[in-house]
Amino acid sequence: MTTHTYLGSPERTYLLRGVSVLGGEPRDLLLGAGQLLDPADAPGDAVTVDGDGLVALPGLVDLHTHLREPGREDAETVHTGSRAAAAGGFTAVHAMANTDPVADTAGVVEQVYNLGRDAGYCDVRPVGAVTVGLGGQRLAELGAMAHSAARVRVFSDDGSCVSDAVLMRRALEYVKAFDGVIAQHSQEPRLTESAQMNEGVMSGVLGLTGWPAVAEEAIIARDCLLAGHVGSRLHVCHVSTAGSVELIRWAKGKGWAVTAEVTPHHLLLTDELVATYDPLYKVNPPLRTAEDVAALRTGLADGTIDCVATDHAPHPTEDKECEWGAAAMGMLGLETALSVVQHTMVDTGLLDWAEVADRMSVRPAAIGRVLTQGQPLQVGAAAHVTLVDPSAVRTVEATESQSLSRNNPYRGLELPGRVVATFLRGRATVLDGKLQ
Amino acid sequence: MRRHLLSSADLTRDDALQVLDTAEELRSLADRPIKKLPTLRGRTVVNLFFEDSTRTRISFEAAAKRLSADVINFSAKGSSVSKGESLKDTALTLEAMGADAVVIRHGSSGAPHRLATSGWVRSSVVNAGDGTHEHPTQALLDAFTLRRHLGDLAGRRITIVGDVLHSRVARSNALLLATLGAEVTLVAPPTLLPVGVSAWPVQTSYDLDSALDKCDAVMMLRVQHERMNAAFFPSAREYSRRYGLDDRRFDRLPDHAIVMHPGPMNRGMEISATVADSTRSVIVEQVTNGVAVRMAVLYLLLSGSDAARPGTEEAVL
Repeated sequence: MTTHTYLGSPERTYLLRGVSVLGGEPRDLLLGAGQLLDPADAPGDAVTVDGDGLVALPGLVDLHTHLREPGREDAETVHTGSRAAAAGGFTAVHAMANTDPVADTAGVVEQVYNLGRDAGYCDVRPVGAVTVGLGGQRLAELGAMAHSAARVRVFSDDGSCVSDAVLMRRALEYVKAFDGVIAQHSQEPRLTESAQMNEGVMSGVLGLTGWPAVAEEAIIARDCLLAGHVGSRLHVCHVSTAGSVELIRWAKGKGWAVTAEVTPHHLLLTDELVATYDPLYKVNPPLRTAEDVAALRTGLADGTIDCVATDHAPHPTEDKECEWGAAAMGMLGLETALSVVQHTMVDTGLLDWAEVADRMSVRPAAIGRVLTQGQPLQVGAAAHVTLVDPSAVRTVEATESQSLSRNNPYRGLELPGRVVATFLRGRATVLDGKLQ
Repeated sequence: MRRHLLSSADLTRDDALQVLDTAEELRSLADRPIKKLPTLRGRTVVNLFFEDSTRTRISFEAAAKRLSADVINFSAKGSSVSKGESLKDTALTLEAMGADAVVIRHGSSGAPHRLATSGWVRSSVVNAGDGTHEHPTQALLDAFTLRRHLGDLAGRRITIVGDVLHSRVARSNALLLATLGAEVTLVAPPTLLPVGVSAWPVQTSYDLDSALDKCDAVMMLRVQHERMNAAFFPSAREYSRRYGLDDRRFDRLPDHAIVMHPGPMNRGMEISATVADSTRSVIVEQVTNGVAVRMAVLYLLLSGSDAARPGTEEAVL
């Protein structure tokens, strides 16, 4: 792979001067031999990065990414998707299982894992399918995937809901044997047949079939009860409604091992955008109302929602350049996630940078059992570091992307923050804002 | 009205009245031996129908031809569309043929909006019914018909009955009639009213009988067969008993009240044969008026101004 020659040598040492670690007082960080070292030991030939005004975070970890390979290499590949991840400040992504073939065997997850390693831009952690072919009928060989080289810990039928209550119960129970977690795409299928957008005032006006909040909340309520009953770990994907936040808050209050994620787009965009009928805004779960957005922000701020996950979902132009009903669901997210979080959570005073690190690195790494990631930036830790310039402002251009796809819903928006550098095991994948 | 007619919501009261007044003038043409004006000579109107709808298509076709426009009918069946051609490629083809107006019927809500705002075509776009969204020329012809019988619609009580949830006719009528000052009541079983209908400029009721006494017109909506097995109501018989305009209910209407239906009717289901054929039923007249209203829309969109020409925007009706 030619990419290796472009990547900084792992032997190179980086001295990050005067960076604000988690938004704190400026200090130096030294990255060498894949680790954080004592800055006092900086060698003379260390590459110095001027950290004035930059915030240092542990490398970001995404629990929910669609890399599309194998099967839809016209939309994204592991290589291009992990480049987009690095550009967005991520050092680990979880590659969802809804590929073609589905990642429901040890063979497929190992293929994705190896492609990620070859690309070298971030740790690619394959997510295993819960059921064979995402069919919702029979459990996939979860144990084989867990014990493969890919060491899968997160299992999800994302895109489809494990709607069968017995199958969901068994899956939750079964993964306890290897400390796995079931990441549920909560969507009651019968309540959402042909659903096109959030069910509410806008769907009534626009004549589009509604996707009611209750279809998400009913599954979350059931799954929380199941997780409590069998004592297993449930992770709720892309929480999108105010009611879901309440349910998760309730389940956590019971002491059950329930975690949840919210996407950047659900923190910012609302269903009013659907009035354009531009399929750029078609996504599953759909964009909701301003009240939902407010509840999601509050839930992320108070820790009810554990983390931000992108649900980065690349689609080729022809799948979006059509009428709403025919369009694919999903939007890009890796390269804008941190900016959207800064805009919606930091600049509004809801989160400080230490909490951003918690929600975008520490907690997702813990949920996915990504061992070396999401660690405190202290001497001896693996050198996964993201440097962000919070004072930068950019107008989002869809064409300025490492992704193969262009379905960027933020195009034309002015967003704060810029990823200046990303280090994966001490190696710069992004430096001076440029992919290496 | 702007360059396009996509939704009844695009029409201000003045816009709507201008269409209706123009249609009134053009309506007289129907009674003349030679039913043709030279107004749109040299202009091309494309009827782009992704769904079968013979009555709407021939209504637009008659309207365009009576204004001397060239008409191209492009229907999904037997065309490249059935071979999987995208809306975009179809639009580019029409653009290359020099269409001045595209009249589009599509099964997907918002498809006309997409066509008008995507930059694929420069022509005017007229929504001839999109999915479960809107059908603004149907609302205009209904308003036109109502006005001929009731005069000014301000303060008039119009009751619309049936499957509001899936009805583009109901959406367009609710918006337009409210714009014209009418008091609209939507009557349906709760399963067939959209979530969020409380935000519409209308009253709603689950009880047809209570909505009949004082109304000036009652508009019955078609119940599609596919609703009958999807638990929206228990059976066709029960629907008919609770929401059908039968002879008994018809007798309770005020003497001046008229009965409307956008067609095609399910006789014996939402409307009894006696009611459909009564002298107070204006259902056939609606069809005649449809041509006049569509002539007015095409005329106002295409004539006089350079509305259909490239680079011109916001041509005023």
